[in-house]
Amino acid sequence: MYKYVNKPAEKIDGLSLVTGEEKFTDDFTYNDMLYVAILHSGYAHAKIEELDESEALKTKGVAGVLSYKNTSSILYTTAGQGYPEPSPYDTRIFNDVMRFVGDNVCAVAAESREIAEEALKKIKVRFSLRNAVLDFEKSESSGIIIHKDDNSHAKIPVYFNPSENLASKVEASVGSFERAFETAPKKLTCTFYTQYASHCAIEPHAAVTWLDSRGRLVIQSTTQVPFHVRRIVSSVCQIPISKIRVIKPRIGGGFGGKQEVLLEPVAALFTWRTKRPAKLVYSRKEVFTSARTRHQYRTVFKAGYDTDGKITALHLDALENSGAYGSHALTVLSNAGSKTLPLLNKIENLKFTGKGVYTNLPCGGAYRGYGATEAYFGLGQIVDMVCQETGEDIVEYYKKWTIKPGETSPVFQALGEGKEGVAMTIGSSSLEECITIGARESQWYEKRKLYSHSTGYNDGRYKRGIGMSVLMQGSAIAEVDMASAYMKMNDDGSFNLLTGATDLGTGSDTILSQIASEVLDIPLSQIVVTSSDTDFTPFDKGAYASSTTYLSGQAVKKCAEGIKKQILKTGAEMLNVKLDLVELKNGFVTSKVGLSRVSFEEVCRYSFYEKNQYQIQASASHVSPKSPPPFAAHFAEIEVDSMTGIIQVLNYVAAVDCGLPINTRLAEGQAEGAIINGLAYALFEDYYFSEKGRLLNDSFGKYGVMTAADIPPVKVFLVSSYEETGPFGAKSISEININGALPSIANAFYNATGKRLFSAPFTPEKVLEALEK
Amino acid sequence: MKISININSRLKELEVKPNETLLSALRNNGYTEVKCGCSEGECGACLVLLDEKPVNSCQVLAMSIRNKQVKTVKGIGTLYLPHLIQKAFVEAGADQCGFCSPGMIVASYSILKETGNRPSKEDIRRGLDGNLCRCTGYVKIIEAVGMAAEKSLQEETQKPEAVCTNM
Repeated sequence: MYKYVNKPAEKIDGLSLVTGEEKFTDDFTYNDMLYVAILHSGYAHAKIEELDESEALKTKGVAGVLSYKNTSSILYTTAGQGYPEPSPYDTRIFNDVMRFVGDNVCAVAAESREIAEEALKKIKVRFSLRNAVLDFEKSESSGIIIHKDDNSHAKIPVYFNPSENLASKVEASVGSFERAFETAPKKLTCTFYTQYASHCAIEPHAAVTWLDSRGRLVIQSTTQVPFHVRRIVSSVCQIPISKIRVIKPRIGGGFGGKQEVLLEPVAALFTWRTKRPAKLVYSRKEVFTSARTRHQYRTVFKAGYDTDGKITALHLDALENSGAYGSHALTVLSNAGSKTLPLLNKIENLKFTGKGVYTNLPCGGAYRGYGATEAYFGLGQIVDMVCQETGEDIVEYYKKWTIKPGETSPVFQALGEGKEGVAMTIGSSSLEECITIGARESQWYEKRKLYSHSTGYNDGRYKRGIGMSVLMQGSAIAEVDMASAYMKMNDDGSFNLLTGATDLGTGSDTILSQIASEVLDIPLSQIVVTSSDTDFTPFDKGAYASSTTYLSGQAVKKCAEGIKKQILKTGAEMLNVKLDLVELKNGFVTSKVGLSRVSFEEVCRYSFYEKNQYQIQASASHVSPKSPPPFAAHFAEIEVDSMTGIIQVLNYVAAVDCGLPINTRLAEGQAEGAIINGLAYALFEDYYFSEKGRLLNDSFGKYGVMTAADIPPVKVFLVSSYEETGPFGAKSISEININGALPSIANAFYNATGKRLFSAPFTPEKVLEALEK
Repeated sequence: MKISININSRLKELEVKPNETLLSALRNNGYTEVKCGCSEGECGACLVLLDEKPVNSCQVLAMSIRNKQVKTVKGIGTLYLPHLIQKAFVEAGADQCGFCSPGMIVASYSILKETGNRPSKEDIRRGLDGNLCRCTGYVKIIEAVGMAAEKSLQEETQKPEAVCTNM
């Protein structure tokens, strides 16, 4: 049916990437460039009483030092979100209070990285130490205020109270939870914990800045949000937006970690002041400690249900460790409810309460899954517990109780991002089929019964189990996110596609080209893509919230349709036939009557040089009235070594509804990558701190990232549906699949052992502890 | 201090500092296809071939490799004359962000070389164990190496190995 979409097209930058031809931020070096190094706080909570940079400045080759003493005290949020940001304005480029081990003390720029690092050692800082909050559950009652009298404030009308260490607070309810819970015949109350994690994009964060020939500031950085970088740097560095250009080169992975404006203001200020290019690249250790992380969470679920398993009352109470600053504190928290609770939309009495608390630990931020990962860990197990109690198969349970096309959930409207949400009816879903396919491919029924801990099969040392869970996410933020695209025709019949959309390695440049190709019926090679350059490409909010294919894709589709109209009009004029008698076919405008046709090349030449001359060009913007959820069913089969406590994943099956996949191979790749990241998070990824708040496992070696030798067999099935509001029926796929490993493995563990895992990651210690209970 | 190194079949004089790593020396001299992901020998993004043996260039002092042969990903194949491993990576969709790709290609090249283009799945998994990738979950990378091995075997019987020459 389609020629260019719904195909496994090769990435347009693929061969350039695998031959090392493509350039990433750190690959750019300019003449006379300064290298920047940052001094980080070794204390979790301290005030800088005195900072003496004189010795550093005397060092040969040092060009300057930036600290709170000579930079603006303008408050902002490092979260790269739309304006006004829902995250609190609680930080400065350099603060005089250090709020976690890794906070920025000051920065040095020098002729070489070595000199800059050497100079850092000569900076003398006198700190007065403060008591630190290192346990997020005790933050509110600690009596230690982390943002005291520093003018931190919220930019939008939301509850923000730094005097209670509250970075965010969210409450929403539907029906009456209390009443329904009280009268429910069966009840459950469970507490779950999820941990810190690093995104571990293999490319560390970097920024390179310089002044162009007219004195404008150019920023090249590893960003998911070039337009937000321009706006935020302008605001904190007090440089007009007209004087800033942000260019995103190739990006070595983001996963949310690069939706953060951390390095750009520092490099930009050095360049702005010294008139010299500057480069700042984080070390891996800095990425672990000073960049952003996944928020640590405690979730408490209270469920009341009938004897037949129908949940009548559900309360999710979330406590989020925001870390030292409140980046994404509010929105990750809201999403813990809004991306999970609508799934079981027949629950009539729902309550969501949440708080994001400040601590003197590394900062949370956006991380693939964005709150949903944290909440699905508990929700997926609650559903399993209800099924264990009633004896119903969880697969049948999910089929019965999950949201269906044509249905809605009041949660969509009740819970937005810092404001009310947007009411939405589900338009597309192949969830039921996903569950069926996943069950079949994982041999669910046979194995679930065989492994059941009560059958005796698992009486030995090695215990096998199979578990599953069902997930949803969103596609862009409804009525908030905007994307746009511009296209023009060239005289050989090729096109320039200029889009603000940000390809982080996700393949969006390719996917957007496929969409334009499909509309115009021309091969991908005829589309020349330029993306993410604030001087040349139109606005796009950036790559986050699972939005690029769905939102930017629709902008490109509308734009290409605008181009198509113009080509048809000029083609009809050339063929001397009525507009409704021509069609676009294979790079030609063809008359529906007779055999006459003109090629795209002829059309463009005509429009440039012959008659009624004009440039065939179009632009389009897109905002979505809804955020259609992708759905997925994940099945994990595991083996537990009850002697060592090691969990081995034997098989993992995911059936995913992302609407119509524009690029089937890249969609599979998104799912596989997210699943492996999710598995590693479930099994071992964590942050370990010293008693003074210093991160102990701040390297790949100590942190542990899954390698090719570690991965279990993973099978992904794309189960298409058609989303009316998306380009050619597409929804999102990037985030959802990181949510399944935690609940699916935990449910498999119960199937194997009859025990529950309430705290992630499932390390051997925790497994053994669970087995002993 | 100047040292002579043969890089991608060309003799180069590089200006290096006494304590400089090979990774830094290569990148500072324009070989930015060698990537830096951690500087700790953990991620494999900086993997190059040193006398045909894979090494993390961040763990080698530039001074220590006088008169040795260094091969980066571009020495294996270029955009204009890609190696079939590189083509297989693109075909399989093993290329997402592509930051780990140069190291992955070097590792894959070694796997094929060491196993005479007959790697088992286990050989592939073990051979890629030193290279981290966060985007793909390795599924398509493992597939790509398998595809490349098959193609190499086919070509082995047809013609001699393609040699990349930079004219």
